[in-house]
Amino acid sequence: MTTLLRRRLLAVPAVLGLALAAACSNSSSGGGGGASAAATLTGDCAKYQPYAGHSGTKVTMFASILSPESDSLEKSWAEFSSCTGIKISYEGSNDFESQLPVRVSGGNAPDFAIIPQPGLLAQMVKTGKVVKPPAGTVANEDKWSPVWKTYGSVNGTFYAAPMSANMKSLVWYSPKAFKAAGYEVPKTWADMMTLSTKIATSGSMKPWCGGIGSGTATGWPATDWVEEVVLGSYGGDVYDQWVSHQIKFSDPKITGAMKTVADWMQNPAFVNGGIGDVKSIATTTFQDAGAPILAGKCAMLQQASFYRAQWAKGTKISADGDVFAFHLPAVNPQVNNPVEGGGEFLAAFSSRPEVQAVQNYLSSSDWASSRVKVSSGWVSANQGVDKSLYTDPIDKISAEALTDPAATFRFDGSDLMPAAVGAGQEWKSFTAWFAEGQSIQKVAADIDAAWPQ
Amino acid sequence: MPTVSASAVQLADSAWTDASIKLGNSVGAIAGFLGILLLIFFAAGRAGGRFTRPLAIAVMLGPAALLLVVGLVVPLVRTVYLSFSNDDSTRSVGGANYGWALTTDSIHQVLWNTLLWLVIAPLVATGLGLLLALLVDRMRGQAVYKSLLFMPMAISLVGASIIWKFVYDARDPAQPQIGLLSQIAISLGWHHPPNWILSHPLNNFLLMVVMVWVQTGFAMVVLSAAIKAIPDEITEAARLDGARGFRLFRHVTVPMIRTTLVVVLTTVMITTLKAFDIVRTMTGGNFGTQVLANEMYSQSFVQFNVGRGSALAVILFLAVTPLVAYNIVQLRKEREHR
Repeated sequence: MTTLLRRRLLAVPAVLGLALAAACSNSSSGGGGGASAAATLTGDCAKYQPYAGHSGTKVTMFASILSPESDSLEKSWAEFSSCTGIKISYEGSNDFESQLPVRVSGGNAPDFAIIPQPGLLAQMVKTGKVVKPPAGTVANEDKWSPVWKTYGSVNGTFYAAPMSANMKSLVWYSPKAFKAAGYEVPKTWADMMTLSTKIATSGSMKPWCGGIGSGTATGWPATDWVEEVVLGSYGGDVYDQWVSHQIKFSDPKITGAMKTVADWMQNPAFVNGGIGDVKSIATTTFQDAGAPILAGKCAMLQQASFYRAQWAKGTKISADGDVFAFHLPAVNPQVNNPVEGGGEFLAAFSSRPEVQAVQNYLSSSDWASSRVKVSSGWVSANQGVDKSLYTDPIDKISAEALTDPAATFRFDGSDLMPAAVGAGQEWKSFTAWFAEGQSIQKVAADIDAAWPQ
Repeated sequence: MPTVSASAVQLADSAWTDASIKLGNSVGAIAGFLGILLLIFFAAGRAGGRFTRPLAIAVMLGPAALLLVVGLVVPLVRTVYLSFSNDDSTRSVGGANYGWALTTDSIHQVLWNTLLWLVIAPLVATGLGLLLALLVDRMRGQAVYKSLLFMPMAISLVGASIIWKFVYDARDPAQPQIGLLSQIAISLGWHHPPNWILSHPLNNFLLMVVMVWVQTGFAMVVLSAAIKAIPDEITEAARLDGARGFRLFRHVTVPMIRTTLVVVLTTVMITTLKAFDIVRTMTGGNFGTQVLANEMYSQSFVQFNVGRGSALAVILFLAVTPLVAYNIVQLRKEREHR
């Protein structure tokens, strides 16, 4: 009953908007001055007043997000859509990364694309088809910590506002198993290694599981491990220089970090619980890697917040449940709360007024809150989102780390590097590092050689 | 109030309107296409005199030729052009991409692997196919065996690869095994079977097994038909002359089906050169199993280096061309026999 009533109430301004839009379609195409001619929105719709005046229009959006996640996405802007009369036509594809460049260069760009890799964004900007965001979006972006602005920028120009964020610096473990064995969640890297040795010598299980298999993207979890260690050992500045190749892979700092990873994830005593030897990390898919935790064969797995979706149905994810996650500690305690993560950016390929209205709305904390309310498993690093809205404990941990102003947040390094490295040689060489036991020097030299001149 | 509810219905129905507009558009497009075709045929039918023949040729051949130009010739020319350009095709780099392809260690391995595939997989598939064709030839219920052997052909290469990926799956010997091969090895008393997919160069051959598994049925069916087509008189005569068993096979059967054998071999070779799905699905080109077709895709669409990808595509094209030409010549010969 209530939904029906609400729909009818919403319909009133929508109809008014339609009528007005029809009446003054000539003036609104003049651009900019849409709001003055817009209908006054009332009731639940009043908060959408700044976006009003474009009723009856349609914008298209293209992304890699598939159902059911995309259903929540569409739900999150449903009210905005029915109040303002701007229809958002969403299309998801699991071939997004290769389809988008084809569409854009073919002159068939969508109005919006949700781009998860800054590298791809830079490539799209290179085509000259990406439109700079309106002032409202730029203003909204200030609610994110400044480093995010650089990730939405290409050559210093801001193009795409971040929409969502995810956290990679998590370690999954079983609170039940930890409690039964009397282990405590480690607070520092040294604690974590001491605990690992303790578990390894106890003989009941291996301390770590791991898997870097991911079809054609095999190797990416290994790049994450190295990125975590680089960030946690030397802090943000060195990380930035490394990602931009001012510091090479063959630099002692980076090979040192790789040595730390080798002592951790290539240590025969530490891995690969329940699956095999060190090499088996290369053939185990990252999706399967965590399963031995539930079987009591290994204790911990370093994986991102989105790994929550991989646990078997019925697995209780909570601080005293079957699995939970803790924040991966910094290798060097001097580095303040290092957080490695990813995110999605909204790039526009059109500057029609309704496109700008949607762009403004989707960059606002109102929309972020609305998205958080719709379902769990989605986090925004927007400071304007009330953290009490998060119902899921993993989301809460991620949101707290991502919005901590003191945290050293950095974007996934392989997503920032040129595709020839970040999606090519680095994956390949790191896979060979695990699978074939190639030396750190050779791995580093091969990746450096692949860097575009 | 009535206007409000009507509009609410209209808003809710917008999805339907959208769909019906799209449906209308496609129906319109098809109708338009048919209309144009009818018009052309009508015009061609009305044309008389010395225009009849050239016009008929143009009408019949035109669309196919046009599609060939748009779908094959233009992309080919463009690929060759792109192979001399840099990663995002903004400037020319001369032969640098070919230089890269021929001097990089990892690409050497790719070329070497591709050559291995090209020689071994078709030979084994054709050989096995011939053997099975001979074995099945005079058997009772041969249709059943043939169908069973042909069945892998009906599975997509990706599907077949996923099946075999499970077969090769390896776990710590102390754990329950998922992979069939490891379990068999352990049952036979091999305590520590290797991680199959990781064992280079063995893994290359394990991947070829998938191709052989899929293609053997095809080879068998075609060769079996050719064997059946050998006139009985010839075999009888050879028998009267004292030829038996292997001699009969060596001096009568093989020469009689030679062209078919060559066609089967080259067809499987062409399929093998384009082997992409198997490598992509099973190893993603890691662990030293990369082949040309997959590397080309990865360069163009994962690493966005269109120049290098195009250079590899041209190399692949050059490698396939003689095979295709030979295949066509043999096919023609076979038709002349019939």
